[in-house]
Amino acid sequence: MTSAQLEIQLIASLVAIACAIPGTFLVLRKMALISDAISHSILPGLVIGFFITHDLGSPLLIIMAALSGVVTVILVEFIQKTRLVKEDTAIGLVFPALFSIGVILISKNANDVHLDTDVVLLGELAFAPFDRLLIDGMDFGPTSLWTIGVILLITLSLLFAFFKELKISTFDAGLATALGFSPVVLHYGLMSVASVTTVGAFDAVGAILVVALMIAPAATAYLLTDNLKKMLLLSVFFGVFSAIAGYWLAHWLDASISGSMTTVLGMVFLLVYLFAPKRGLISVLYRNKQQQIEVSLLTFLLHLNNHWEEKERHINHLNEHINWQKVRSKSVVDLALRNNMITIEKDIISLTDKGKNFTDKAIDYIITNDDSKIESIKEDFFLFRG
Amino acid sequence: MSFTEYFELLFNDYTLRTISLGTAILGAICGMLGSFAVLRKQSLLGDAISHAALPGIAIAFLITGTKETNVLLIGALISGLIGAFWIRGITKRTHLKSDTALGLILSIFFGFGMLLLTYIQKQPNANQSGLDKFLFGQAATLLARDVWFMASVTLVCLMVLLLFWKEFKIMLFDIDYAKTLGFNVKTIDLLITSFIVLAIVLGLQTVGVVLMSAMLLAPAAAARQWTNSLGIMVVLAAIFGATSGVVGTAISASQNNLSTGPVIVLVAATFVVFSFVFSPSRGLLFRQLRFIKNRKDLQLHKTLAFMFDIAKSHENISHPHAVRILNNFHGYTRKSLSKLEDKEYIRVDGLMWAMTEKGFHFAANLYNQQVKEND
Repeated sequence: MTSAQLEIQLIASLVAIACAIPGTFLVLRKMALISDAISHSILPGLVIGFFITHDLGSPLLIIMAALSGVVTVILVEFIQKTRLVKEDTAIGLVFPALFSIGVILISKNANDVHLDTDVVLLGELAFAPFDRLLIDGMDFGPTSLWTIGVILLITLSLLFAFFKELKISTFDAGLATALGFSPVVLHYGLMSVASVTTVGAFDAVGAILVVALMIAPAATAYLLTDNLKKMLLLSVFFGVFSAIAGYWLAHWLDASISGSMTTVLGMVFLLVYLFAPKRGLISVLYRNKQQQIEVSLLTFLLHLNNHWEEKERHINHLNEHINWQKVRSKSVVDLALRNNMITIEKDIISLTDKGKNFTDKAIDYIITNDDSKIESIKEDFFLFRG
Repeated sequence: MSFTEYFELLFNDYTLRTISLGTAILGAICGMLGSFAVLRKQSLLGDAISHAALPGIAIAFLITGTKETNVLLIGALISGLIGAFWIRGITKRTHLKSDTALGLILSIFFGFGMLLLTYIQKQPNANQSGLDKFLFGQAATLLARDVWFMASVTLVCLMVLLLFWKEFKIMLFDIDYAKTLGFNVKTIDLLITSFIVLAIVLGLQTVGVVLMSAMLLAPAAAARQWTNSLGIMVVLAAIFGATSGVVGTAISASQNNLSTGPVIVLVAATFVVFSFVFSPSRGLLFRQLRFIKNRKDLQLHKTLAFMFDIAKSHENISHPHAVRILNNFHGYTRKSLSKLEDKEYIRVDGLMWAMTEKGFHFAANLYNQQVKEND
């Protein structure tokens, strides 16, 4: 591994961490798409900054770009407040307009400069190590490493300083306001951090990867935990993992680094989406299936409980009476048998004591809707667990 | 090139006519289907799908090796549909909210598409350049063939829209009612989502991935401000969309170095701003004017109510009283007094005022909403 490779991975990892932190809060606050809007609408800010300074490395560019990110948020909120359109429409109207202004400004005025919409959108991490920070001829490493390092430091210190406030205002805005934390200040604080991070990260990794790095790790982590601290740590982990794995994938395929980092993020999300223990697709579908069977079981037991006539309890009668398919009624009867809730004599089904007991409890629960009634049967059944 | 020259050219120049026609049709179909997207609160679905279409284009190229637009667009359609239904799956099956699902699919699919595009570029095959026109769109590459294709898709779309108008409408505004009436909600939903994806895919070549969402949203959002009727909204949105297409093409053709996509989007955005401000029933301007008028009326009513309280304690309601007993607190100004006089609610005689019969009657029923104001 050469030092350039090491530097690229280091930059990518730092960007991933810097994005994952505000991203977690954006996902929790249901504002994930703001990051998409910001990442596009920083373009006019960049272009105007460039026209003022004529220097692509100037810090004014970052400031202008971050400002136009915040302007986006303000505009979106202004349109929302007029209540003329819904929230997401407001986002969808603002950022393409700002992005178009940026594209037009570039194509009209900056044709001969290295300021290209492709670069803005896609970034080129591979070139990052060649842009060195030189002070008095001394080499201090790649510039973007320093930029993103400083941004990460600021983000981290703000996170530690205002963790409590952020947490409360994210989960209970009303309580936060009552306790005296201004939601407006926190909101715009978070938006500014997101904006600055986007700007700092985009020239290394491009606008789209910034969005991916903000949303995907947080969304993946959210499928695995409900704890804010764990979610932050997990999303940082997923971000860094995808950054490094993505780099090697790109190295192997000889393709865009930011594209392959995003692809790895997508694959990690897909895996977690399918296999997460509680919220994954497979476990959700399995649980739904179980609940279906248990509802059927309950219906079946209640039916038995209501009828003493042999005709009603004949095994073949179930098909027509509760209108079940053959397979389904067989699986329900099997389940009930396995749990010793019924006995079958000469095709006549009767409830056992255990089944009777269970049915009574279930009726009690259905009537009173009181959780304490079912504490004892919760163990056996998915149905009553959540 | 000036505008008049442009319109002359429009009738003579084949290329320009094709492009203008193409952007007009695109604007119209996007406006129509965008209305549904906006009303279903799926505004940003367009953004997500247009990004999600990118890997489809790359994969279609990798498999077939052609740059035939229609083949690539079929790839885009498939991956757009996968994206759209994955978004639905995420919001339905997990606790992730729709914004997260949209952002996730958008960025991941786009990133994957970029990976494939850069991979294709490194391949030893000279035929690959030009795929990135789908990123920002190049209206100039529209051929008559493409326009015909777009027109026929629009026609099909229009027919389906008319055929299922009732179903679409009821789905939009009361989905539970639609279910109880026995409509197959899932199929209708599938149909409309597929058409939205189709419109987006058609637009990719012209305005590109990034700006496609605005094409879908802006005409619909502008049209929404002028009407509360779905039919009128769809027609208006189609007109706004087509106009933005034509005007945008005209502006970009009359200047050097102006790409068509961003200009069309900006024209559409102008429509939106204009509608937001000047729409008579919802617009900001008239809303503010109404607000000011209401506030003034309130001042007048306050004065009148005070006068009514005094007048009703006298036998003769038109008994004159001194102007001096009115003050600011009652909303009294010289202007409000003369306004009340204009409306013949009071008579002013020197420094005295007296209520009229009409004013007394009006003031007595001031808070009675059953009585219609007759001015």
